[in-house]
Amino acid sequence: MSTPTYLIVGATLPTGERTDLVVQDDRLTRLAPGTDSASTRGATRIDADGLVALPGLVDLHTHLREPGFEQSETVLTGSRAAAAGGFTGVFAMANTLPVSDTAGVVEQVMALGDDAGYATVRPIGAVTVGLGGERLSEIGAMAHSRARVRVFSDDGKCVHDSLLMRRALEYVKTFDGVVAQHAQDPRLTENAQMNEGALSSELGLKGWPAVAEESIIARDVLLAEHVGARLHVCHVSTAGSVEVIRWAKSRGIVVTAEATPHHLLLTEDLVRSYDARFKVNPPLRRDEDVLALRRGLADGTIDIIATDHAPHPTESKESEWDAASFGMVGLESALSVAQTALVDTGLLGWNDIARVLSRTPAEIGRLAGHSHAFENGAPANFTLHDPSAASTFELDRLAGKSHNSPFLGRTLSGRVQHTFHHGYPTMIDTRVLDSDTVKASAALWKAGTPA
Amino acid sequence: MRHLLSTKQLSRDEALQILDVAEDMATVNEREVKKLPALRGKTVVNLFFEDSTRTRISFEAAAKRLSADVINFSAKGSSVSKGESLKDTAQTLAAMGADGVVIRHHASGAPQVLAESGWIDAPIVNAGDGTHEHPTQALLDAFTIRRRLFGDTSRGRNLKGVSVVIVGDILHSRVARSNLWLLETLGAHVSFVAPATLIPFGASTWPATISYDLDTTLRETQPDVVMMLRIQSERMNAAFFPNAREYARIWGLDDARLATLRPDTMVMHPGPMNRGLEISAGAADSARSTVLEQVANGVSIRMAVLYLLMSGQS
Repeated sequence: MSTPTYLIVGATLPTGERTDLVVQDDRLTRLAPGTDSASTRGATRIDADGLVALPGLVDLHTHLREPGFEQSETVLTGSRAAAAGGFTGVFAMANTLPVSDTAGVVEQVMALGDDAGYATVRPIGAVTVGLGGERLSEIGAMAHSRARVRVFSDDGKCVHDSLLMRRALEYVKTFDGVVAQHAQDPRLTENAQMNEGALSSELGLKGWPAVAEESIIARDVLLAEHVGARLHVCHVSTAGSVEVIRWAKSRGIVVTAEATPHHLLLTEDLVRSYDARFKVNPPLRRDEDVLALRRGLADGTIDIIATDHAPHPTESKESEWDAASFGMVGLESALSVAQTALVDTGLLGWNDIARVLSRTPAEIGRLAGHSHAFENGAPANFTLHDPSAASTFELDRLAGKSHNSPFLGRTLSGRVQHTFHHGYPTMIDTRVLDSDTVKASAALWKAGTPA
Repeated sequence: MRHLLSTKQLSRDEALQILDVAEDMATVNEREVKKLPALRGKTVVNLFFEDSTRTRISFEAAAKRLSADVINFSAKGSSVSKGESLKDTAQTLAAMGADGVVIRHHASGAPQVLAESGWIDAPIVNAGDGTHEHPTQALLDAFTIRRRLFGDTSRGRNLKGVSVVIVGDILHSRVARSNLWLLETLGAHVSFVAPATLIPFGASTWPATISYDLDTTLRETQPDVVMMLRIQSERMNAAFFPNAREYARIWGLDDARLATLRPDTMVMHPGPMNRGLEISAGAADSARSTVLEQVANGVSIRMAVLYLLMSGQS
């Protein structure tokens, strides 16, 4: 065992307790404040007075775009954005090119993540070959690969064929996996541009009706019940969906659900600007949907927050609305948005935030040995967040390759100060460490890991 | 008023100003020399991403009668069809010194994006965007209604208490939307009549009476204006209604329905018409029809809009 490398002084845990934290190798130990002793001499001190310590955040829904769309993001730049947001684990969606539907691709994505070192990158496997919605992909091969894939999703597209969805739920169960469904009836949303309502009719933008999400979720929870499989619902966006999931849970169906930060804060009214930064799928909804999602998180109907971080190059958003791409980047702003929408409003405490942004997503994705409750010997994946300051979210907060954030220019609460992954820092004093440093730290960590 | 993007955002004063200036333009159009020097030395670009000969030549005539130079930019066969972005097109026009841009685009909101982007610093006139708005059409319709009702005493008057029934494909119609907002602003009352499949979702919250039954609506409202909208053939393929015969029977303005109207009820159509489908030849050619007045008034309205947006700037 080597000497401690970092001493975090006076941090506030999610439970509200104050403690010092010692980082030694890739583990955390707690130290009563003021008991600083010879054992921590030589460690770098970080003043965490007033900062909330959270287990490293885990995002179950990230688009890292590599391989295939490196003009938008790479595994390196996307995981750098993760570090800037306090994340130490990200699940990379399968809609790459080639699609992540074989063991080869998922192992490559994981290896790129391991090499970059900013976060633990776990690939998500496609449910169907090429996201085509016709034949199951090599789910077993991906599950048994070095990437040990446990989450399968055609995200971006819905597995809309009922029989195929049933088979997927059953087959994935074989490997203790979960199907993460992008719930969108394709026929009801052909060429859809925004939430369907009086506003879409006024603006002349084709509507994406709530029922197109709710009807798929209703079918899927019944299928999951029928075959005894677990189901995860991606980016729940409507009050009706929350109702359906609440009903399913009350019936004992094993379903989990996520909400994105943007659906917790923003509404369709922003589309009046025709500014394509606000174009996303599923679309921004009404006020009452936002409130229902927040309440769903508070009462446990919605299990987690996941970013659906979707980077796009500038030209994909600088156009007329119909021609623009769907999606928003979200890793860097997620925790500030969660604080603004949920903590400041009194709906969630920091322990709940640790649950919905770290522990439960890790559980759903079967990411073992990553999240924790700051018990002694816990893996040193954590972030230190300053909840006191509200600030305008500016371009310099974005650490990925793309700038399509809907929060630019908006006042958000709190700010991530430091992030540690496997015991080494990836962000210090709101500055993301450069990639060579992090890469070297990751290599050292790997060398010290027993094979 | 810096741009004309919609009628939704027009105040009553702004709308009346446009209508009144159009009255002045109409007198110019009745002269032997139909020309004013107001925009001499200025360049109007007609930027058309969607084919519309009628609207384009109406704007072209309006600009020329104000002595502006006109450049017609059609997206077909241009760099746009080779994938040039709206931004690059706009910046190109700005670099060429366009003083005003009239834009028709298949995407709703494209004129607003152009106006607010900073890519080009010229006044933007929306000549129809997607299924959003077509403000000059609504203005020329209101102008036509006002002239029929009040003749030479039109100036300064609003349309308080006037009853307008708009029939047809409301769902896809930017004309219906622009007319609704403008007519409401001017004090008129609007009814929409269509099969439920062609009524926009959420339109029950709009300031319009919604009906599926044309005969009942015509009988009960005895409207001042019946406006028929064009039914496009692709709507039939998308199963908004079973076929043209059924549509014409239930929602078409045929001779029998025409006969039930008051003698002074106006029959309007933004054109081009599908005779025999939404409107019979008898209705289209009757003395009640304002179709050709609408075309003539379109030039006056567009002159007024270009004049108001462009003559003030140096």
